[in-house]
Amino acid sequence: MKDKDILEKDWLFEITPKNKFFSLNLKEVWQYRDLLTLFVKRDIVTVYKQTILGPLWYLIQPLFTSITFTIVFNNLAGISTGVVPSFLFNLASITVWNYFTACLTGTSNTFASNAGIFGKVYFPRIIAPLTVVISNLIKFVIQLVIFFVFYAYFYWKGALLSFNWSTILFPAAVVLMGILGLGFGMIISSMVTKYRDLNYLIGFGVQLLMYVSAVIYPMALIEEKIPDYGWIISYNPLAYIVETTRYMLLGVGEFPVWGMLYTVAITFSVFIMGVLLFNRTEKSFIDTV
Amino acid sequence: MSHNPQPTTHNVILKAENISKQYRLGTVGTGTLKDDLNRWWHRIRGKENPYLKIGEANDRSTKGTSDYVWALQDINFEVERGEVLGIIGKNGAGKSTLLKILSKVTAPTTGTIKSRGRIASLLEVGTGFNGELTGRENVYLNGAILGMTKKEITAKLDEIIEFSGCERYIDTPVKRYSSGMTVRLAFAVAAFLEPEILVIDEVLAVGDAEFQKKAIGKMQDISKGEGRTVLFVSHNMAAVKSLCTRGIVLEHGKVAFEGEINQVINFYMNKQNNFSFPNPVFKKINSEINGPKILQCELKNLEGDIKSIFSAGDIISLHLIIQPDLEVKKHYCAVWFIHDKYGEEFAVCSSGKMNNKFYDSETILIKSNIDSSGLLPGDYSIRLVLHIPGENNFDDWTAAINFNIISHDINKTGFEYTSIWSPKAFLKSEWE
Repeated sequence: MKDKDILEKDWLFEITPKNKFFSLNLKEVWQYRDLLTLFVKRDIVTVYKQTILGPLWYLIQPLFTSITFTIVFNNLAGISTGVVPSFLFNLASITVWNYFTACLTGTSNTFASNAGIFGKVYFPRIIAPLTVVISNLIKFVIQLVIFFVFYAYFYWKGALLSFNWSTILFPAAVVLMGILGLGFGMIISSMVTKYRDLNYLIGFGVQLLMYVSAVIYPMALIEEKIPDYGWIISYNPLAYIVETTRYMLLGVGEFPVWGMLYTVAITFSVFIMGVLLFNRTEKSFIDTV
Repeated sequence: MSHNPQPTTHNVILKAENISKQYRLGTVGTGTLKDDLNRWWHRIRGKENPYLKIGEANDRSTKGTSDYVWALQDINFEVERGEVLGIIGKNGAGKSTLLKILSKVTAPTTGTIKSRGRIASLLEVGTGFNGELTGRENVYLNGAILGMTKKEITAKLDEIIEFSGCERYIDTPVKRYSSGMTVRLAFAVAAFLEPEILVIDEVLAVGDAEFQKKAIGKMQDISKGEGRTVLFVSHNMAAVKSLCTRGIVLEHGKVAFEGEINQVINFYMNKQNNFSFPNPVFKKINSEINGPKILQCELKNLEGDIKSIFSAGDIISLHLIIQPDLEVKKHYCAVWFIHDKYGEEFAVCSSGKMNNKFYDSETILIKSNIDSSGLLPGDYSIRLVLHIPGENNFDDWTAAINFNIISHDINKTGFEYTSIWSPKAFLKSEWE
């Protein structure tokens, strides 16, 4: 009888129909950390294989978008960005915003785009969305360098730019954005395995989302111009992050303390919900994807 | 990373309990949403999933009434440490589903699998290979996907590259590889995995003959030399027989037979061959090939009756009708290979040289008599070939006809030769 007790206990693992209600299984992710780095490396390296401009493509997209935005929204539509050069304002917003959308669209596709590999081998599925978040972070850092080049240029030309105490928190804001993107992405990816409807929503939804996320205008401006609808923006956690990062980098706008606390709370609830749904889906999505 | 086995009273490393897997047929659409909502409605009221009660056994050839089928139903088995378990069954019997569950690709609908060791699978080699990356980078990536750490891969890198035989291309992107080379490299990575339990599905069916031999040799090393636990799924009965110690036959998602590997293979082959065994006549009416062709072939006994069940020692008479081709000037011959029930080439008989100048008719009949005393009881099939020795084959029919040897008493001792050692042939001998 005693032997039997020991026997029952020393199973290394069990394969069961369902996961536990909530499990991040960080230990397993840690065991597969090399896979994570290799995946990130693959994503970074293969992007510019067989291109002439190579990694320059990382820089061209935000630069051209910023130029276009500056012409359309600032010069043509007349949105004021205060003392900060409009181009730099747009570049900062777009760099940060791009990171979020890349995380969101990348992770929301996790199950569908990895079905081939998921269908054959097991590894912690969460590695795939983590790869997206991390490789985009590297891309983001490269884009940030180009931002600082222009920052230095405008500073030298005499624009009123300054870092402040909150700039130190910039990395934290970026991480928060990554987690939010990952959380939403995991929720969507879990739901999209069976019903593809959300895929279509994401396509144009992200573009529309930009307009309510204070990317092309300061938050204060919308509350001033259209007070009737401006309150919508104040419920959007993304708007706070974009506004805050701009404050950190350019010293414009304000640091919305309550807004940021609200954002942190939302981010973590979204993330936890994402993990829950992801957990439920990962075990048998391969049958329905 | 190796996990030291605890000394336990009995050495079960893997245990499957009541494994079932249900699939929904048809497409996913609004109809599925209805079922999902119903399932959810049952769950929140604390009731059982209503769709688990229905579903039919998975027989792909019959039209069922339910949208739900059981790909696996109530599978129970245990695997002991160091055992090589063969899993055999027809297409769609649930083998791959079982392996998918074992390798955690998909979860069972009910039941649990308990394991005392890391499981790694060779479900399909080359998973995650990226064409843009070089061979070396892919070895790392693929190794990591299969669960190795960077350090483990680095330690084995040279061996892996050598085993694959792709040294020359190792720093070239994989998209430039031939498909055979890709498979070699991928198999090499997988072969150097060191899990306690290895799950292998049909990977031996790849690569050229030389590499297949190498692959089977490696499998044998893994299972016999290193004492690893292996679950092996294959249609190649010869490979199953040489690698496995025990086996399971799956049929329509259920375990139909379980036991020692020779018994398992016998059980499976008997089921398989019911419809075609024995078959003493082969007829080909329209054959498109050029050159001399085989039109008909019959197995007869010495009296001239068509027959396919013989006792060892009987004369098996093969009547072959061929249509010569007057254009072919070289000598050619008719050859038949006798294959055993595992499909392995077992023996060969060959005619003498034949040449057109001997034949002026439309068709010719060739007779040959085979002394069957070397054949042990069992099922055999015959492959017919017409060819110019050392050059081309004109006509080639695998398993064209088949026959049984039912008893073996050529010494007329009254007791039949039965084997517990399963040798392949019997040699007639004189005793003093």
